[in-house]
Amino acid sequence: MLVLEDVNVYYGAIHALKGISFEVNQGEIVTLIGSNGAGKSTSLKTISGLLRPKTGKLTFNGENLATIAPQSIVAKGISHVPEGRRVFANMTVIENLELGAYLRKDKAGIKEAIKHVYGLFPRLEERKSQISGTLSGGEQQMLAMGRALMSKPQLLLLDEPSMGLAPILVKQIFSIIKEINASGTTILLVEQNAHMALSIANRAYVLETGKIVLSGDSKQLAASEEVRKAYLGG
Amino acid sequence: MDSISTQIFQQIINGLSLGSIYALIALGYTMVYGIIKLINFAHGDVMMVGAYSGWFAVTVLHLPFLPALLFSMISCALLGVLIERIAYKPLRNASRIAALITAIGVSLFLEYGGMIVVTAQVRTYPPVFPDTRYILGGVYFKYGDIVMLLTAVVLMALLHFTVQYTKVGKAMRAVSYDKDAALLMGINTNNIISFTFAIGSALAAAAGVLMGVYFNTIDPLMGIIPGLKAFVAAVLGGIGIIPGPMVGGLMLGLVESVVSGLGASTWRDAVAFLILILVLIIKPSGLFGKNVREKV
Repeated sequence: MLVLEDVNVYYGAIHALKGISFEVNQGEIVTLIGSNGAGKSTSLKTISGLLRPKTGKLTFNGENLATIAPQSIVAKGISHVPEGRRVFANMTVIENLELGAYLRKDKAGIKEAIKHVYGLFPRLEERKSQISGTLSGGEQQMLAMGRALMSKPQLLLLDEPSMGLAPILVKQIFSIIKEINASGTTILLVEQNAHMALSIANRAYVLETGKIVLSGDSKQLAASEEVRKAYLGG
Repeated sequence: MDSISTQIFQQIINGLSLGSIYALIALGYTMVYGIIKLINFAHGDVMMVGAYSGWFAVTVLHLPFLPALLFSMISCALLGVLIERIAYKPLRNASRIAALITAIGVSLFLEYGGMIVVTAQVRTYPPVFPDTRYILGGVYFKYGDIVMLLTAVVLMALLHFTVQYTKVGKAMRAVSYDKDAALLMGINTNNIISFTFAIGSALAAAAGVLMGVYFNTIDPLMGIIPGLKAFVAAVLGGIGIIPGPMVGGLMLGLVESVVSGLGASTWRDAVAFLILILVLIIKPSGLFGKNVREKV
């Protein structure tokens, strides 16, 4: 479904992704783990078009993403929940959700999608008229995910959904990620919380300073000596 | 009614008329600032072009007031988009000071380019309104004053509705809050920025036509002082926030006409800029401004 082949990305003079290759297949949960600055968020930003690869191949369902404008990548079926949630804090919960469906014209479908999101996150329905800047961190994460689902994506990119959340909320968010995946959405998950990420993913890639150093089945990776030492605290 | 309270009411009416013009111009400043964080110093000159387009529509095309107003608003909307595409868009990722200096350049270009086109000579605005006056309790309401206030109020109400309730308005707020997040929603941020310039410039054009009608004369440098005053109004209300400039503009108009009414009309401009200084010292975010905090 999504294929990256030898992708190089630069921030000015900084070489952020050094020839990265990985793929995500239909229906999977794939996770990218690694420490701060390894290039996890950069990978997601490159897929959603906020950053552009200098060289390499980047395709989604066989289509080259590197030449498509970022606002049109959403229409191809990729939705990105950015790091730090980035909800529109000056707008209400429902306005945020409506913006998630910005490219959709089918009014009935949008209503349906809002219902679906409220089903996944009942808290959002309780707070639908609230200004989203006044939500708690966990609620903002739910809103960011709900907003991304409004475009009915085939592939959902999640950047650090557990960041800054209490352990109980992290569990809740991860079980919802599984639920979203079970209903047919493919997921590419970036996490520093490697333990949680490996527990729900089918496959995983480990990034270190812009390169993929390990990859494989997430259960095997979770059991491997290297990963345990570096990312799971022994 | 005795003559003092009559005087006061008369000054309030004058102040509201003048203030509604400031408010219309200030809205453009605040919208553009809200979306690309640029103080568009050419904005007052767009107003001047609007005044001339209105003049052209009335004297050459012989259009009545409303069609002339629309003609002028549409021409300036196009001009605004053009300015943004040519002068500001290439600087989107440059330092803010570069864009600011460019804005000053565009301003000078319009002022002195305008002089070549229409000459520096002052032109008289044709009387578009009948000279009817209504007297209520000793206070004069000129027909023109009423139309001006109404035009300004209707335009502001339209703008408020657009920004709050339409899809493009929500997209504008989204882009102004977080451009990258807006892109991730599939919003074409370039189009939204162009649209913002179009609306802001159209409002400036409306202000220009009203200004011509109010003061009867127009010239290529007429945009400078009202442009600066509107900037004061925008800062007073809280730049970047839509209701801010409306209140800021009306307040500034009232203060100015009260100062003139007290017989100190030469101090009018000084008082306006004194307000700017005081706001910047005491509450730089403006009356409606909130200090921006980031939640991580």
